[in-house]
Amino acid sequence: MSAPPVRIRDLHYAVGTRPIFAGVDIDVPQGQITAVMGPSGTGKTTLLRLLTGQVAADRGRIELFGERVGELDKARLYALRRRTGMLFQNGALLTDLTVFENVAFPVRAHARLPESVLRRLVLTKLEAVGLRGAADLMPSQLSGGMARRVALARAIVMDPELLIYDEPFVGLDPISMGVIVRLIRELNDTLGVTSIVVSHDVEELATIAHRSYLLSEGRVVASGTPEELARSDEPVVRQFMSGAADGPVPFHFPAGDLASDVLAPTDRTRVRS
Amino acid sequence: MGSGWIGNSVGRVGAVVLFLLRVLRQCPSSLAKPRAVVHQIYNAGARSLVIIMLSGLFVGMVLGLQGFDLLQRFGSEDALGVAAALGLLKELGPVVTALLFAGRAGTALTSEIGLMRATDQLTAMEMMAVDPLRYVIAPRFLGGVIAMPLLVAIFDIVGLFGAQLIGVQLMAVDPGAFWSQMQAAVELDDVNEGIVKSICFGFACSLIAVYEGYHAPPTAQGVGLATTRTVVVSSVLVLLIDYMLTAAFLGR
Repeated sequence: MSAPPVRIRDLHYAVGTRPIFAGVDIDVPQGQITAVMGPSGTGKTTLLRLLTGQVAADRGRIELFGERVGELDKARLYALRRRTGMLFQNGALLTDLTVFENVAFPVRAHARLPESVLRRLVLTKLEAVGLRGAADLMPSQLSGGMARRVALARAIVMDPELLIYDEPFVGLDPISMGVIVRLIRELNDTLGVTSIVVSHDVEELATIAHRSYLLSEGRVVASGTPEELARSDEPVVRQFMSGAADGPVPFHFPAGDLASDVLAPTDRTRVRS
Repeated sequence: MGSGWIGNSVGRVGAVVLFLLRVLRQCPSSLAKPRAVVHQIYNAGARSLVIIMLSGLFVGMVLGLQGFDLLQRFGSEDALGVAAALGLLKELGPVVTALLFAGRAGTALTSEIGLMRATDQLTAMEMMAVDPLRYVIAPRFLGGVIAMPLLVAIFDIVGLFGAQLIGVQLMAVDPGAFWSQMQAAVELDDVNEGIVKSICFGFACSLIAVYEGYHAPPTAQGVGLATTRTVVVSSVLVLLIDYMLTAAFLGR
């Protein structure tokens, strides 16, 4: 039995003096879809940056395929990243390359394949996301949903063991969203990859996630299957799942007394807390 | 305040040098796959041709006018060819080309790389275990370094043509004297000075452009400021290096 794809223990991370994570534990089991949820600003994307070694944690350990991410040199880190596919929020396609060349990019960079084999590989992956017909388009000619599907084809072209999705549902129309949801599920089932989905779309996640983690204020406040979270009595979980504006997660950014701010002398231009 | 400013400046210079070393390490593998480099030579070089040739022509024509006016006072207008050639080869060619290059190609590089950063393209490459320094930065840097001496050569040639146009065609300097004096007086060292300067300027302008782009904050304002800084820093750097190189060449 090999190490789980991802194991995070006691993760601490702060930007300046603002703590983002204060003791986060997350396990991602092999072959499952794990969702990481949380309100905007809880550092979900930061978690992915930590996980993939783009930034270093202040304390705690992050293991990717059994190796501690923070202690790796660039060559080892890049070796791990080759086993990982990542889908960015906006797709992050290379704007000066066609759709075909975007998907072929990681293959060209890492392997020497005959052009015919490469072509077959790329077109197969594009077919899997339903965009084989768009192979010759430029990224600027794609809609948001199409760009994200091309990015997904690019993320799976090297047959990764772990797929990371950063906010895959943001800004998509319901149809595109349904397509992405189905693709995440299918890729997980057919390729046997492990998936991490970072998002705040509770309903979409509930249909695909095997296990969900809810982050708030730097901690995991709840975890379990989507059904368990839906049944939870925890106020934070209830607020997040039902979308109430105010609750344990406050509506207001921390600020001083309203009356003294609003009624302050006019020469005071800055609001102080 | 003052010492903080000095500390920052020293720190920045150090950061640029470290960045340069990282880029240089990727350059051999970038040269091994020359297609990207050739493409960048086209981007930085060929696309600057019009502005370089137009400017070269006008600078040469002004040299012809001013040079003629000056030399005629000493009755030595036949030396116009020498004056124009030396002025262009040693100073105006490299410096004006570098300043134009910073404004035309340098800003394009900075904003392109900055936007690639802002749209996660560079991060996406890193996540695909592809080093953006090798695939994005090194080819652009090399393209600029190679393009600059070529642009300077073109600037010089067009400039001489412009000087000749005014001096010989308009002011009726004897064409034989114009060319033969030039041929007799211009030494190989003068040409070398121009070549060394153009290589150094290409190095400096390309480095500043890719550095600013690579480190631009991923916002509209950040990319805009980085682009401005590219022009300002490269221009000042070019003039500074120009002085130091001139002093070094004359000191021999």
